[in-house]
Formats: sequence, structure tokens, C-alpha cells
Amino acid sequence: MKFGVVVFPGSNCDHDAFHAVGHVLEKPVEFIWHQSEDLHNCDAIILPGGFSYGDYLRTGAIARFSPVMNSVAKFAKSGGLVLGICNGFQILLEAGLLPGAMMRNSGLRFICRHVHVRVEDTNSPFTNSAQKGQILKFPIAHSDGNYNCDEATLAALEKNHQVLFRYTTADGKDDDVAQALLPVRPINAGNPNGSMNNIAGICNRERNVAGLMPHPERAVESALNSEDGLVILRSMVEALVGAAKATA
Amino acid sequence: MATTQTEIKVTPEIAAEHGVTRDEYARIQKILGREPNITELGIFSVMWSEHCSYKSSKVHLKRLPTKGKLVVQGPGENAGVVDIGDGLVAAFKIESHNHPSYVEPFQGATTGVGGILRDIFTMGARPIAVLDSLRFGEISPVAATFRSPSLPNSDSEAAANRRILDGVIRGIAHYGNCFGVPTVGGEVSFEPCYSQNPLVNALALGIARKEDIFLAKAKGLGNPVIYVGAKTGRDGIHGASLLASAEFTEESQQKRPNVQVGDPFTEKLLLEACLEAMKTGAIVAIQDMGAAGLTCSTCEMASRGGTGIEIDLAKVPQRETGMSPYEIMLSESQERMLLVAEKGREHEVLDVFKKWGLDSTVVGEVTAGGLLVVKDHGKVVAQIPAHPLAEEGPVYNRPLTAPAPRNESDKDWFPFAPEKTDLTANFKKLLASPAIASKRWITEQYDTSVRTNTLAGPGASDAAVVRIKESEKNGVLRGLALSTDGNGRWCFLNPKVGAMHAVAEAARNVAASGARPIAATNCLNFGSPEKPEVMWQFSQSIDGIGEACTALATPITGGNVSFYNETLGKSIYPTPVIGILGILDDASKVLKIAFRNEGDIIVLLNGANSSGAGQHATAPSARRREFSSSEYSKTIAGIVAGDPPSIELGAEKWLIDCLVALAAAGTIESAHDLSDGGAAVTIAESLFAALNNQPQNCHPERSPRSEGPAFSSLGATITLPESASAEYALFGESGARAIVSVSPAKLAALRATARQYGVGAHEIGKVTRDNSLRIEYKGHTVVQSDVPALLDVWANSLERTITDMESTR
Repeated sequence: MKFGVVVFPGSNCDHDAFHAVGHVLEKPVEFIWHQSEDLHNCDAIILPGGFSYGDYLRTGAIARFSPVMNSVAKFAKSGGLVLGICNGFQILLEAGLLPGAMMRNSGLRFICRHVHVRVEDTNSPFTNSAQKGQILKFPIAHSDGNYNCDEATLAALEKNHQVLFRYTTADGKDDDVAQALLPVRPINAGNPNGSMNNIAGICNRERNVAGLMPHPERAVESALNSEDGLVILRSMVEALVGAAKATA
Repeated sequence: MATTQTEIKVTPEIAAEHGVTRDEYARIQKILGREPNITELGIFSVMWSEHCSYKSSKVHLKRLPTKGKLVVQGPGENAGVVDIGDGLVAAFKIESHNHPSYVEPFQGATTGVGGILRDIFTMGARPIAVLDSLRFGEISPVAATFRSPSLPNSDSEAAANRRILDGVIRGIAHYGNCFGVPTVGGEVSFEPCYSQNPLVNALALGIARKEDIFLAKAKGLGNPVIYVGAKTGRDGIHGASLLASAEFTEESQQKRPNVQVGDPFTEKLLLEACLEAMKTGAIVAIQDMGAAGLTCSTCEMASRGGTGIEIDLAKVPQRETGMSPYEIMLSESQERMLLVAEKGREHEVLDVFKKWGLDSTVVGEVTAGGLLVVKDHGKVVAQIPAHPLAEEGPVYNRPLTAPAPRNESDKDWFPFAPEKTDLTANFKKLLASPAIASKRWITEQYDTSVRTNTLAGPGASDAAVVRIKESEKNGVLRGLALSTDGNGRWCFLNPKVGAMHAVAEAARNVAASGARPIAATNCLNFGSPEKPEVMWQFSQSIDGIGEACTALATPITGGNVSFYNETLGKSIYPTPVIGILGILDDASKVLKIAFRNEGDIIVLLNGANSSGAGQHATAPSARRREFSSSEYSKTIAGIVAGDPPSIELGAEKWLIDCLVALAAAGTIESAHDLSDGGAAVTIAESLFAALNNQPQNCHPERSPRSEGPAFSSLGATITLPESASAEYALFGESGARAIVSVSPAKLAALRATARQYGVGAHEIGKVTRDNSLRIEYKGHTVVQSDVPALLDVWANSLERTITDMESTR
């Protein structure tokens, strides 16, 4: 089992993802340079957070054209596990590996704080070790986390249980509708950025590609104020072990 | 500066336009043995500007203590370097970007952060944390009754100040967030005197292995000089000499083109490329191009190396065509570095920068004879002895004059309220004041957790604390703690004592996080050095900093001086800002300010008084005089007068050592020093922070306005020791004090340690779980309130002030 962390120019959470997998989870992991078409036989690929190519033009809009993304797309089509975190999520949207698009946070400012998300579905390689309805605490750090898509796509996401994580209040409740409509999020809102249906993270129809705005890799040690991120990484490990068994 | 043609004949008038005095011009003629051409004049003018040459401050800076057994590199290099053990060193430095941030808040702030980050990784250290010490004019109109030494701000001024605040915050966030360094702390304060001259001081911290530290000494005749990073454009020409070295007038806005433009993405690539290139071992020396760009980096590297440098400007990557040698040499385009490589190995260096998609090209070589020779397509356009240019600039011992004494009398000082007054309303007013209120609205715009090293971000502990993953040794990690502090109001009232307090508070904050203070950096923000009163303030402050840093064993390792902080002839408060670095031998022992458990005992530690109460018997009028310098006096009565609290450095040291010992032994549950707003604010903040530890509630400010379920919070009942008055006991700001909480089981251990260090340990109350804060004084309840009500005021006032004001604009 081996994880790969892609390094785009401007990635700045690459070392964090590497640390979480390699040093905390103690699983094999290596960096993959964005110019490389070779994924070094990794079994799971992480697109880390950061500001790839400065996020000039649009978040993730340039990174999707990096050579490595062709290989990531092929890898994904063949059922490989791909997790996009923050900027990585934005890149997956731009690359069309996940549906929808990101808009500027409703408050029009960068926000960095801990938020709570509810695990909506455990039938995925990213949530299989979690409890349905479990509340996880993660930091967010982004300007463009306001998830949007058209009605049909949104309906399909909900119908196919592709919404894996939803922002909730500290006690696990959805924001009330009145609040959700406000342009600037109230201080106690669970949804920090105006994201549709409080969406924090989704997966594709095939469930092997997922993206989320919060940073599980920043929540892997109690010293960092939360270990909840391990649930997602451990789920991926579980899935890989299971797959290995199946093929064995 | 229209003159850009090298053909232009230099006259005394043109020299004057460049801010070069007649004496300085004569000196230039003497060094060259001839008339300078326009390019050479430009080069001298920036190198000899106040900003680059420290010509007015040098004679005083000599008095600062700069030696210590942990100091690896003191002032003079790009940043100070200290040994943090296990073969690791920390590079850190604070620098100002005040003038650009006033002329163009967003870009001024971004380039301030960019510049200090480059100073750190130029040394071979990877930046791991940034702190910002910010000062603005009042953001809401100040009452006309305000009896401040500087005029109150009008509505329009307040609106302008809010726009400056917003631009500066966005700028800092934009650069640091994209670069990928956590902005973990700092301070934000407000005084009318900063209205047209905000202070933006950025501190960066980096770490490296001791043997990997790089210096900027050009060595090895014939070694290639390589230019890397962004292309050179016309931006920032004379940023240092004309912006940072002159006071503001109505026309200052026209200097916007002198402000540089920052690109954090390029800086991020430059960081990774530089650290990777350094690993090749082919780099001899490296210096970033900050103030005075190519001019400064060439002549300083040559001067330090005792060599010369020859470059050809035709080889310099240029963003626009038709730039003159004058413009190229003086441009302050950002994200550029100049380095010297080993002859024959330059390709190893160039390849790395190519990989990262950055320009890198050989522009010249190291020469003998100590000359800086600048060519343009082979034709010599400037030829100057590097050492005199870099090191033999003018040095001024400017006249000092103590300002006329403020003849204040009893009636000018804060009138204490009669005993038994319910002070809860005033307390809430104080909690809502921008100086005291939570800075959450600001700090949430910064990425505080990237790199997963942040153990204590903004507000969690008295100092910002990051862990050093590289220091792992059988399961134990080291941590580094940093705090920046300054008190312009106190320094205005008494520059020496005020400066001593700035040092003491920064060290106290570091100790309250459990770390041992080891070294300091300083950013000295003052008015015009041409005013004897300002130079007196400067000299007094230096004396104060020197005394305090010596007493607290925190040598100054670097920093910068920012003069000419005045607009229309009105100076800012003298504002020395001190950054202190501390080591936490075991990062897991970090102390935070939050109370933790119901039933814990709240103890007031006082280094100045081992009997505990900590109020020396002094005449009430003296107390009123001192109290008139407090945040409470300013906020509640609009009075800024009197004198800062007297300071006992010995007492400060005892308290610091005591806190470090308590943390190491794991005796106490929390620690929070007394500063702005006194004991009442300190205790309230420890309660607010406690909400962080509530299950399912990671963010205290979330809950107060919540329609959601009421959360149970910790409370406290306090009985304050008798002193001059209830207000003095609640809100007095005298130093060498901290409030800690301890489990009843460990109270004896706490007392023993305190006794050992001669520190008073006075039991003042208990942590409760009744959601309320009650403070008693002389048998009467003087403050009583629900914690959520206080929290709402404290947590949301700043945001309300800014957003409400904007909506009504």
C-alpha cells in the first residue's frame, strides 16, 4: 500500500498530508511532482491544499492542466482512490473529476477556523470507518469554498448519496433556512461559506474520487486540537486493505 | 523622480531632489574623487537613505546588548540566528512597512510580509511562523471629550482608518496564506496618533540545521553572481529613500507608484527553489533584493566579503523594455534574490530554478579590488568602492532635547469612583473597546494552522507557540514561543519606562506559555529624527530596551528602525515594538490561558511582592497618576496622562523564572499575564478561552448569539486584594503579575515554587461551573455578570464596529 501526494507549484499543504500519512498513520507515502506522468504505482493519490499556480485566473483552473492530472484522471477512471483537500478539491472540480464549482465565500473573506461536519454516508472508501451522523471537527482555511452546482446535479448528488460531509453547528444541527439565506454568515452558523445544502465534501458517482474543503490532514493529533481527520485517512487504508484482500 | 537618463549632468539641485545633503554630496565626491553621474548619485542616495544606512540611529543602537551564549548571528545580517539545541537554529527578525502601508495598505502590507519572509529563507531557514504587530488610528470616532495628547479622530478619519485596517489585514492574509506560512499571533491596537501613519511591523521565524545557515558574504574571485526570481520592473523605485525616509505631506498619496507590488506565489516558488539550490552546496553567498534592490545586494555582499562585484545590467531579466541603468539599479521589484555560486558549478544552481520555473541568470562575477562595477551592454555606467558605499555612509549624532515637562496636576488625573460602585457596565465598555476586544475577526482571515505545527494560535496562549517536528527526540518535541509587544501610549508618557515595559511584557508572555525567553528582535517606530524631542525619545527608549534586555537575558539579534513616522508635522507616539523568542523544552507542556476545571484555585502571582497582594503602599494621588495611563482610563474617561506603572526588572525576572518552572513541572492548569485592562480582563479572557475546551464547541465566539442550545460554561468567583481603589484593583496594569489556575491538590507545590523564586502567590478565587463571573472587593460585589453576556461583547465588538460602520456609510 502506498499513498502519493501531488506537488503543484504553490501547493502548501503537501508536507502536512505527507506528515499525516507517513508519520502519524505510518503508511508509505511519497511526493509526486506535477510534471510527472508517472504515479509511482501509488494506490491512493492525495491532491493537497494550497494555492496551485497562485490560483490566478480561478482556483485550480491552471493546475488541472499539469501533466500529472492526465495520469490522475486515468487512475481515477480505473477505480483508484483520489482525495482532494481544499485546493485539491477545487482542482478536481476544474478537472471534471467531481461535479460542480466553487464560488467565493459568501462573506467574501478568507476564513480559517475550526468547523464541524457531519458524516452523511459511510458507504465510501473515505468514510467507511466513520459512524453515519458522526460529527467531525476540522480546520478550514480558504477564500473559495462556496460549493455550487445546477439543480439537476444537486438532486443527483443527494439522490446518489454523494454528499459525504455537511457543515453543521457545533452540536450537529443544520443551520436554519433563514440563516442560510443571509449573505454574511452569522457567527454561530455551521456553514462558514454559503455552500449549497451545507456541502463540505462530496464523492463521484463511482465513490472512488472525493473532495472536501476542510483539512483532515491538519486534524490528526490531539496537540492540533482534533484527531478527527484520522477517520478519513484510516477509511482509505481500510478500503485499500480490503481491495488487496479481494484481489489476493 | 523623472530623471532617468545617465547623460543628465548632476547638480547640487538634483542631489537635493535625491535627499542628498550638501555634506553628503561632498562625501560622495571625496569617495569617488570626481563628480558622480546620475546613476551613481541614485545608488548613493538609496544606500545612504535613513532606511538603509541607519545614519541617525547607529550611534544609539550601539548601546543595545547583542551578545549571548545562544546567539549564533547578531545584528548585521539578513536576520538574527539563535541556537535552539539539537543542532537546530532559529532565524527571526521583525521589520516595519509603515509608510507603504499608509500610501497603499494592501500592497504595502503584502510586501512587508514578503520582505521579512525573504530575510528568513535567505539565511537558509524555512519560515514556520509569522506575527504581525499592527497599530491604526481609531476606527470609530473618538468622543470630543477625549483628552489625548494627539487629536481625536473625526468621522472621516475613522472611516479612512477602517479602510486602511481592512487593506492591511487583507494584504497580510493574501501573502502569508498563499505562501503557506501560518500567521500565529501579534497585536493590534488603536490610538488617534496612528491615524495617518499606521504601523505595520511583521515578524518572521524560521528554522534550519546549524550547519545549513547561509550568510551574505561574496567570496571567491571569479565566482559567478546569479540573479534569480521575478523580473525587474519600474515598481518601487526609491521606495526606501523617498517613502520610508521622509515624512508625509498632502502629496504623499502621489507616491503610490513608489510602493512595490507583491506576488506570494512567486515567493513560494523562490523559497522552495532557494532551499533546494542551497542543498547542492554550490552556493557561496545569497542575499535578497529588498530595499534598494540590486544596489543594496551587490554592494553589501561585496563589502561583507571584502571583495568587489561586477555586473552587466543587460543580463538582468526585465519586465519592461527601455529601462535605464538608474531604474534597474534602484528598482524594488519583489521576489528577487542575488547569489554567488561556486565557479564551474553554476549549472547545478540554475537547473533548480529552471525546475521551479523561475528566471535565473549569471549577471556578473566576484572581483578583486573592492569595486562595485555596473555595466550596461559592456559600457561602464557606475563604478563605486563597495565598502565606503555600504559601510562608510554618513553617521549623525543628532541633537537631543527632552520635551517640556507636561505640568499636570491632580485634576488632570483619573478620578477613582467611590467604593461600592457597580463597575460591571464600565467593564463591558472596556471589553468592547477595540484595544481589548477579541481580534477574531482579523485573525480568522489568516491561515493559522498550515504546516500543522501551531500549538497555540492567536489568543490561545499569551505567546504564539509552534512545535519543531525536526526536533523529535524519543517522543519529545521542542516548541518555540514568540510574542510581540509595545505600548506607544506608555512610551509617549515615559519613553524609557515604556520601552522597558514592552520588553518585560513580551518576555512575560513567552514565559506564561511555559517557554524560556532567550533572545529578542526590535522594531523601532518613531517620528522625524530631525526633531530633537524625537531623538530624545529614541535615545531614552534604547536605554530602556538595553537595560531590560540585559536584565532579562534576551539579547537583541536584529530588527529595524523606522523614522519619519509623521504626517503634517505631527509625530506618532514613540513606539518600540519588541519581539521575544522562547524555547519550550517539551512542547507538550505548553501553557494556555484557558481555565480548565471546575474547583481549580485561581492564584495571582506577583514578582514584585512576595506578600501576594502586589500593591505597594503609595499615596492615592500617585496611584491616580499611574492609573491615568491605563487602557481603562483612556476608554472610560478619555484621559491619557500621568506616568506608566513603575517597573522592577528583578521582579519581572523572578516571575518569568517562576512561570517557566511551574510549566516544566506541570504544576498549573493555565497562565495568563496581567496587561491591558488589568486583572478583570485577564480573568475574563481565561473564561472565554475555556469555551474552547467544551466538548462539541471548538470556537467560543460561535455560541453567544446562537439560537442553539445554551452551553454550560465555566465561571469564577474572585476576591481582589485591597489596594488604592476597586477600579485600580480590577483594571490596574502594573507589571510582573500573572493569574494562574491550579488544582487544589497542587496548590502546595505552587506555593513552594513561588516561594523558591521569591514570587508572591495570592489565592484570589475559584473556577466554578455556574456560567457567571463575580468579583468582590472589600466585601462588596463590584463586577457581576453572565459569562456569555461578557463574551458576546468581547467577541463581537470589533466585527460590529467595522461591519455596522460600513453598512451605515
